[in-house]
Amino acid sequence: MNAPVRRLSFLVASLFAALLVSTTLIQYVFAADLNARPDNRRTLLATYARERGEILVGQDPVATSQPTDDEFKYQRRYSEGELYAHVTGFYSFYGAVGGLEQSENSLLSGSSDKLFYRRVSDLFTGRRPQGATLETTLDPAVQKAAAEGLGNSRGAAVALDPKTGAILALVSHPTFDPNSVAGHDLGAVEKNYQELNTAEDRPLVDRAIAGDLYPPGSVFKVVTAAAALSSGDYTADSTLPGGASLDLPQTTADLPNFGDRPCSSTGEVTLKQALVVSCNPAFGQLGMDIGADALREQAAKFGFGDAPSIPMQVTPSSVPAELNEPQLAQSAIGQYDVRVTPLQMAMVAAGVANDGVVMQPYLVQSVIGSDLSVIESTEPHELSQAVTPEVADTLTDMMTAVVDEGSGTRAQISGTTVAGKTGTAEHGSGRAHAWFISFAPADDPQIAVAVVVEDGGEASSETGGGIVAAPIAKAMMEARLNQ
Amino acid sequence: MSVVSSLAPRSGRTTELVLTLAAVAIVGLAYVNLGLATSGTIPPGLAALGVGYLGVSLAFHVVLRWRARYADPLLLPIVTLLNGLGLVMIHRVDIARGRDLSDGVALRQLMWSALAVAIAAGVLVVLRDHRILRRYTYLAGAVGFVLLLLPLMPLIGNSEYGSRIWIRLGPFSFQPGEVAKLVLAVFFAGYLVQTRDALSVAGRKVLGLTLPRARDLGPILLAWLASLGVLVFEKDLGSSLLFFGLFVAMLYVATERVSWIAIGLALFGAGAYLAYLTFGHVQTRVLLWLHTFSPEALQSSDQLAKGLMGMAAGGMIGTGLGRGRPDLTYLAESDFIVPSFGEELGMIGLFAILVLYALLVERGLRTSLGTRDGFGKLLAAGLSFSLALQCFVVVGGVTRVIPLTGLTAPFLSSGGSSLLANWTLVAILLRISDHARRPLPDEQEGSAVGEARTEVVRMP
Repeated sequence: MNAPVRRLSFLVASLFAALLVSTTLIQYVFAADLNARPDNRRTLLATYARERGEILVGQDPVATSQPTDDEFKYQRRYSEGELYAHVTGFYSFYGAVGGLEQSENSLLSGSSDKLFYRRVSDLFTGRRPQGATLETTLDPAVQKAAAEGLGNSRGAAVALDPKTGAILALVSHPTFDPNSVAGHDLGAVEKNYQELNTAEDRPLVDRAIAGDLYPPGSVFKVVTAAAALSSGDYTADSTLPGGASLDLPQTTADLPNFGDRPCSSTGEVTLKQALVVSCNPAFGQLGMDIGADALREQAAKFGFGDAPSIPMQVTPSSVPAELNEPQLAQSAIGQYDVRVTPLQMAMVAAGVANDGVVMQPYLVQSVIGSDLSVIESTEPHELSQAVTPEVADTLTDMMTAVVDEGSGTRAQISGTTVAGKTGTAEHGSGRAHAWFISFAPADDPQIAVAVVVEDGGEASSETGGGIVAAPIAKAMMEARLNQ
Repeated sequence: MSVVSSLAPRSGRTTELVLTLAAVAIVGLAYVNLGLATSGTIPPGLAALGVGYLGVSLAFHVVLRWRARYADPLLLPIVTLLNGLGLVMIHRVDIARGRDLSDGVALRQLMWSALAVAIAAGVLVVLRDHRILRRYTYLAGAVGFVLLLLPLMPLIGNSEYGSRIWIRLGPFSFQPGEVAKLVLAVFFAGYLVQTRDALSVAGRKVLGLTLPRARDLGPILLAWLASLGVLVFEKDLGSSLLFFGLFVAMLYVATERVSWIAIGLALFGAGAYLAYLTFGHVQTRVLLWLHTFSPEALQSSDQLAKGLMGMAAGGMIGTGLGRGRPDLTYLAESDFIVPSFGEELGMIGLFAILVLYALLVERGLRTSLGTRDGFGKLLAAGLSFSLALQCFVVVGGVTRVIPLTGLTAPFLSSGGSSLLANWTLVAILLRISDHARRPLPDEQEGSAVGEARTEVVRMP
């Protein structure tokens, strides 16, 4: 009976071999698929059980993981949640949503390859893996000034350090409390999230970098002026038509000035004067004279068309590709289909401020490991030379005049020269977004700002940007300069 | 080959002692590891439990030295390790469910383990020769079938998790199938040793396969009907497969006729397919097996899905003892203890456990090869194969090789009846292996004298 027993042992061996194969399939080959299943509670708990890194503003953590007694081990908390909601995003049952939580998830959760060696040592020391801490570039004073300035209005405010590209403020209103969607009560979280997600004024959208893009209106005239000056055919003193309206070719329509008033009594203005009073006919003509290509190229040098990661993804701003003459005239004053993010307009101001050099904007200053060592530190990076230093000087002069004597007087700061430009961007009928971009001090810029207040002005008046948006920009600049 | 050595036959008891100590040490290490991972401290009861477990293992070792000096030296260490790892994992699930050692399942399992070891030792002491069991062939048969049918009895029969393989007497519940496996192996061995000559008489040859005579088909048909009855009425494919597989394997070993295997597979396949067509609960089981993650299957039961996700969470090296979430799986300490190991010890740890099982079975089959009497051969082969088949049914069930069933992983799963039956099974294997490896009396004499022997071929 020994032969069948031997054969039986082959059968036994193949039975066990089958088990080894099935185990390998489940635990190795298909493990990733199984772990990625949405109904896999272990994966959910495992991500929650990690101590996520903090997000710092200055020295203060604005997002922290605090130990809890429930099965999720850690609760994400956002101190000053509403102030930094769009910067932090939130971490919930929906995963890491928005802001740094989402874009730097791998670092915060500790799964990034940059943390590889730390993970290996955690494996051997038996420590629970811990995420890295993000130190942001934000200036809490500027951020608060922007948030207070916007108040209950819809809109956005961005401030940059023109010399480095560091983002000093990134505010989008209306905002929300990330704590309301980061709890461990699934029912409450779902309810709050649905409310936020379906709210008419869409608080979850970060209008500063990724909203529905705004028409820039007259703040775009800085770009048009930069293109004209860069062509070499124009100086600040070049004369342009300054009547009450500009007759547009190929169409019966005219390009009127705000309130149908002429820009000057003579019917002609210098380029500088045109910027100071935000003269539509002058810039309309200028746009048609320099041509669509020059305008687009100038815009691209300021960063239009790029989709930078700050590390959140920024929606690219755009000047339309095909423009006929009337459309070109409209585009030159920031109307028609020119669309921008507030961040992009802050980059225009910062580029002019920084001798024509546009710096890559960034929000994360450094990544700090759980042992407090710096894993990564952001070095300022030049994006482009948008204009020559001479043209930048001329533009600074012209923008300084806007604040000194033109449409932007409400941004004046005593003892400091401020350069700026107002804008009132029409959209639809009657209503207009109030814009202001600026930097200060004009001779040694510390901060560049872009502010937009949705429906903050009226289409018939250029005063919207100067009245509504300029004071917010002023408060932000003061917050920075008074430190 | 030409040199006849005069080495004293090795009992292997020292090897066994060293390996058993190693097994207890591994279990102790796992227990400490678990304590450190879950509470950050070395568990306070370590000394008492460690000494207790060591004491029980060593006591059994001493019984072997006393009563079965030449028994296989690997069986005890393997079983000690498996049983201990099972205890640690059950304790681990206790912790996850918020139960202390004092009110947990692990303590009960520990007491069952001690009782099982005591009974196994008793079997070794009382049963001086396994051939005595042959006297009780038909009694064993009767007891076996009664045990199989018990869960179907009103009042005591108890249905748990869809399978009716339990009996309940007051506070005690019992899986009689575990004991039935044991006594049926005794019955099959005794019966087949008697009838093997008749059953191996050749009949007609069909397609190169020599079929048995039609009149000899009686026993296999009976076994087939019984196993189908288990499948349909007790709703347990695992037990059904186990008993029928055991019978066919032993029939094959006894008769050396491959045709029995072919007939057995055909019968079981046809029966299972018929049951699938006829009974809704069988269809559900198959749906859960083939389409585990389909919405219909998940609506019916997500226990298999949860076990698979647990294993996937463990991945290659596992989360580490005490670091996973085995408690998210139902029955994590009994039917699904294998996924619990897979989660916390990883694929590598599960491989180690499977290798331990394979080694256990291999030692049993080796015992069968070495045994001189037909009854012992059949019994050892049957018992070993039943272990292998049970492992296959249990692990295959949770890893989707076959439909999930309600059997327990031998020595690992929580459950007294399983421990009692499997320790007794090992005791019988030890007894047979002692018989197989024991040098014949005259050889012992010869080596005692230490003289060179001239007799090379010993006539029986």
